[in-house]
Amino acid sequence: MAIGLHDSSFKNPVVRWVDQRLPVFTMIQKEYGTFPTPRNFNYFWNFGALAMINLMIMIATGVFLAMHYTAHVDHAFESVERIMRDVHFGWLIRYAHMNGAHLFFAVVFIHIWRGMYYGSYKAPRELLWILGVIIFLLMMATAFMGYVLPWGQMSFWGATVITNLFSAIPLIGPEIVTYLWGGFSVDNPTLNRFFSLHFLLPFVITGVVFLHVAALHITGSNNPLGIEPKGPQDTLPFHPYYTAKDSVGIVVYLAVFAFLIFFMPNYLGHADNYIPANPLVTPAHIVPEWYFLPFYAILRAVPDKLGGVILMFGAIAVLFVLPWLDTSKVRSMRFRPIARIAFLLWTVNFMVLTWVGAKPAEGHYVLIAQIGTMIYFAYFLVVLPALGRLERPLPLPESIARAVLGPKAQLGGGPVPGAATAQPMEKA
Amino acid sequence: MRIVKALAVALSLSFASPVLAAEAPPPPDARFGFAGLFGTFDRGALQRGFQVYKEVCSACHSMRLLSYRNLLDIGLTDEQVRAIAAEYQITDGPNEDGEMFERPGRLSDRFRRPFPNEQAARVANNGAYPVDLSVITKARAGGANYIHALLTGYVDPPAGVEVMPGMNYNAWFAGNQIAMPNVLNPGQLEFADGTEATVEQMSRDVTTFLAWAAEPEMERRRQMGVKVLIFLAILGGLVYATKRKVWADVKH
Ligand code: HEC
Ligand code: HEM
Repeated sequence: MAIGLHDSSFKNPVVRWVDQRLPVFTMIQKEYGTFPTPRNFNYFWNFGALAMINLMIMIATGVFLAMHYTAHVDHAFESVERIMRDVHFGWLIRYAHMNGAHLFFAVVFIHIWRGMYYGSYKAPRELLWILGVIIFLLMMATAFMGYVLPWGQMSFWGATVITNLFSAIPLIGPEIVTYLWGGFSVDNPTLNRFFSLHFLLPFVITGVVFLHVAALHITGSNNPLGIEPKGPQDTLPFHPYYTAKDSVGIVVYLAVFAFLIFFMPNYLGHADNYIPANPLVTPAHIVPEWYFLPFYAILRAVPDKLGGVILMFGAIAVLFVLPWLDTSKVRSMRFRPIARIAFLLWTVNFMVLTWVGAKPAEGHYVLIAQIGTMIYFAYFLVVLPALGRLERPLPLPESIARAVLGPKAQLGGGPVPGAATAQPMEKA
Repeated sequence: MRIVKALAVALSLSFASPVLAAEAPPPPDARFGFAGLFGTFDRGALQRGFQVYKEVCSACHSMRLLSYRNLLDIGLTDEQVRAIAAEYQITDGPNEDGEMFERPGRLSDRFRRPFPNEQAARVANNGAYPVDLSVITKARAGGANYIHALLTGYVDPPAGVEVMPGMNYNAWFAGNQIAMPNVLNPGQLEFADGTEATVEQMSRDVTTFLAWAAEPEMERRRQMGVKVLIFLAILGGLVYATKRKVWADVKH
């Protein structure tokens, strides 16, 4: 054991040689092998792994699309159709990327919802949560710019409406919009920079996901009971227990994904985006993709443009401070009878906002959007801060093992003796 | 209303532009054979549909994303397709003398456009533009059902409705006033396979052809989908059994 070499426990000489110099095998073993994980996860805990896989699928398909795509207003639409017609399995690659984006948002919405229901954002996981919100913001920027690339009618008009929002910023707004466009309207320079950024951002996301997971592995995972594991009897080694459970979720996820790609690839999209962009013809309704609809509804609920923009960004900004708005020490909604109902109502309200976001901003739809916006913010700014003081939570179980095994059980070590305690790793 | 005004401001920063008129009701389900989850295109219908496009629609509408070689996929033979391509004169060049020249079409050529550019197309059509039909069934909300309804939707305008000069009344077009005249009339062409050329028949066939043109990969896509789902079902069973086995010794 020479000075400066990592103390590797691997026997295979090649693995050992590498591991002594760069302890990646030890790290994988520690973070995904023996990593002590609460024994009581439900299937909601699959969605982080699903998001990770989805991100990899997006990057893999995206790189191949970029090999054939032409970022020019005269060729973009046609180059996408050529990919679908003339590139080997081009239709598969494009439909996988397109539907992958829809699924990514579905997965991440559920992932975030899980965090909110089980209080995963609370101390000590505030930073882990904030990194998640940053990922979410980056995802929205990436998806928005990606949608512009095929240069259909919705691409063009969506880009026009959304970039125009920045003109609401006092004084410098119009200037900013000109810089975003690279000119005086959405045009070829806009398309070029959006392509460049759409290629770049997923790698930024990958970096933030790395930090997100690194932070997770410091605090460890939360669990449906929202109480911290107290010892080996409360946890299981990640492998094989959660590798096996995550695999089940992955196959189900892939089946949903495959069904979308192979049988209804355009169902979630908008027909107008198969009409080449035309700056002279405005579509009857400019509707963003479904995952932007709740925020679009909030934007349009306010009669004032600047006010709408502030509230729309505020709807996401409020998530950053959620760990401090929720004043209750109890994490899981299972033990918060009133907050639980409030959160489920908030969830329904979120769906109502999604629905109304797709409707024209007129008549009673405006009123519904306004009420929905109020409920959205009231939950964060009024209900959660107040409930932490007013609500009487149900009694928490003594430990995870007690809750799982029942009060009479003998609480010995975990099922695999010693496996749940992480191997010591040299900290360089 | 102030909301509408706020939105109008957002939009007016871009171009002042004509907005499409009121929407028509959703078209009825025409029960196309290719519409179901496992549906396929009827080859006879595709070939008749191509004939309708070639003899009727192609006078006004381009299909610029299609090449003659694509017709091999609808069951025409290599010779037939070469003969079809050769019927068209394609502008090629420049040659060694720097001149553009005309030559008969080849398999690799795109479908020849009826008009050299959009302006020429508009001039010939009362200022309206006959859209490219390459992806038309993907580009309209009702898909193939809508196209079929549109083509068979030329009816007399209801009492009191005035049709503008150069326009025609159509029950399924948004706003009901369409610049395209009724182009399908009973018996106007003779199908090579002897099928009777009713309006319904021609409309169904050309719509089938357009649906294929928009999604030429559809049949392969669905076949592959069945295989992938069967694979995932088996894999899912194995993975779930493994998970049960792994977790058998722990209470959770
Ligand atoms: C005489 C020229 C002409 C012929 C022939 C013709 N069209 Fe058209 N078509 C037009 C014009 C012009 C428009 C634009 C109508 C408008 O915008 O009001 C149009 C529009 C369309 C549209 C778009 C409708 C919409 O929803 O925007 C479809 C689909 C269509 N035609 C299909 C066909 C088919 C299929 C055929 C052959 C059976 C055909 N057309 C033959 C001139 C023609
Ligand atoms: C690219 C998107 C994302 C990826 C790949 C990703 C990945 C992961 C993974 C693998 C886990 C561990 C497994 C799990 O607990 O489910 C995790 C946990 C977590 N994620 Fe994400 N995530 C993403 C986005 C987000 C977002 C947008 C948020 C919140 C706004 C978020 C919040 C959290 C929280 C709070 C945890 C800890 C949960 C717990 O310990 O119970 N994540 N993430």
